Amino acid sequence: MRKIKEFIIEKLILVCGLASVFFVVLIFIFLLKEGLALFKIVSPLDFLFGKSWYPISEPAQLGILPLILGSLLVTFGAAVISVPIGVGCAIYIAEVAPNKIKELLKVGIELLAAIPSVVIGFIGMVTLVPLVKNVFHLPTGLTALSGSIMLAFMAMPTIVSIAEDALYAVPKSYREGSFALGATHWQTIWRVILPAASSGILAAVMLGIGRVIGETMAVMMITGNAAVIPQSILQPVRTLTATIAAEMGEAVVGSEHYFALFAIGVVLFVISFIINVSADLFLHRNK
Amino acid sequence: MKRNPLRTQKIAFSFLLFSTLLIVLPVGFIVVEIILKGLPAINWQFLSDMPRQGMRAGGILPAIVGTLYLVSGAIIFALPIGVLAAIYLSEYAKDNLLNRMIKLSIVNLSGVPSVVYGLFGLALFVVFFKFGVSILSGSLTLGIMILPIIITASREALEAVPQSFREVSLSLGASKWQTIRNIVLPNAISGILTGTILGLGRAAGETAPILFTVAAFYLPRLPKSIFDQAMALPYHLYVISTQVPNVNEKIRYGTAFVLLVMVLFMNLVAIIIRSQFRKKKKW
Repeated sequence: MRKIKEFIIEKLILVCGLASVFFVVLIFIFLLKEGLALFKIVSPLDFLFGKSWYPISEPAQLGILPLILGSLLVTFGAAVISVPIGVGCAIYIAEVAPNKIKELLKVGIELLAAIPSVVIGFIGMVTLVPLVKNVFHLPTGLTALSGSIMLAFMAMPTIVSIAEDALYAVPKSYREGSFALGATHWQTIWRVILPAASSGILAAVMLGIGRVIGETMAVMMITGNAAVIPQSILQPVRTLTATIAAEMGEAVVGSEHYFALFAIGVVLFVISFIINVSADLFLHRNK
Repeated sequence: MKRNPLRTQKIAFSFLLFSTLLIVLPVGFIVVEIILKGLPAINWQFLSDMPRQGMRAGGILPAIVGTLYLVSGAIIFALPIGVLAAIYLSEYAKDNLLNRMIKLSIVNLSGVPSVVYGLFGLALFVVFFKFGVSILSGSLTLGIMILPIIITASREALEAVPQSFREVSLSLGASKWQTIRNIVLPNAISGILTGTILGLGRAAGETAPILFTVAAFYLPRLPKSIFDQAMALPYHLYVISTQVPNVNEKIRYGTAFVLLVMVLFMNLVAIIIRSQFRKKKKW
């Protein structure tokens, strides 16, 4: 009797172990099922490189190039801000900060990671957006720049915590060898520790960027949502994620528009898949 | 002129400190701003009343209740699967291709954009299973989203239990499952709890996955069953800050305050459990 019970439990454990594989496959299948239906109507090339997104005009124009460029612009801006600051902060926490401050800083970073994106979006709307508007004398502060700044804060916790782990993982002997040769602490960090941790830091940067590309609510609230090909970072843009979030509520199930939004979901899924798999490879390369 | 390495170090370290402050100070600003402007809006009526006049007055009770329902539903679904999956990875899995695939799937699941979870929930639960736009669909979607958080935290906790504990139990004649249930799980419980609470916090704050699976724009009553739509705090904050004109600042900040306090409270509890556990650790 006990043997049967244990047999059942162990099988159940195996099934649950496989659950994550099952869910990833399930997500991909359901996105494809709805998304591929679009390509009976629009060719994949026209979809990816079409210059206009007018999903409800007659006939609908479903080119997502402006959305892809919008996502890239916001992400690029966020990366420029968050990568140096995030890596700098990780070095400070891992190498320079005294122990007590270190713990406090880590809690602070964890809290930042925990703030819901809709709260970040709200704070951006009421503080940063008017500021950007006044500083650059723009008709509206809802711009790619505002989005990049707020999203940088959402990427930083990821970058800091993973880069910090990578720095800790550098063997102590490297450091001692460098000190023994008379190097200063900074020379050791710059010439020995950073190169040794480089693949982990690269993974941190990639995962941070992945977080930014997939971010939805904050970006929808502060980038202005204009589906045009962006000319400057001081213009409103619309990202892939914000398009899905803003329009799915109005799209009729089974319509062209509905399928197109799922096709955007497929694009996002593939992007995040590539980023996560390659970051994982970088993380485990040295182990 | 030769550069002075110590001066270079001083400059470099000031830059590192400066970038740290660039992260920490804004976080402090966000939290303080929401507390200062949100706290005055909080009173019993705000927390216990229905929204009125198109959400421009009254309270946020249905949004709070909706979020509690969603978070409970997500955890009921994700906790058992997550813990069992973690047991599989830490106790049963061998270092082979299958194990590698599972780990890669977990990494991917945690990287899927939240709005894509929303699409998936819409296609699978709302349309395919015909659960409709309901608490059930939203909870399941959130549950799948927080699964990787629970699995990763639980696995780390299980793997931290020393191998010798297992060996002693097995050598006393206990079976593998008895060892897991009586020795490994009790010693890993605080890590599992930490992961669960972090998952709860994440589920409470997410908006994109519930947009098309459960969230009601304006529904001034409490949900009656799991097949009912519901309001939720994060979506409510989004709605009153972007979709409804002329909402009093106080109500917006008050809603943001309740959401932030809920999420940060859960995270602080998780951090405290973790640090208490590290202090008491017997091995």
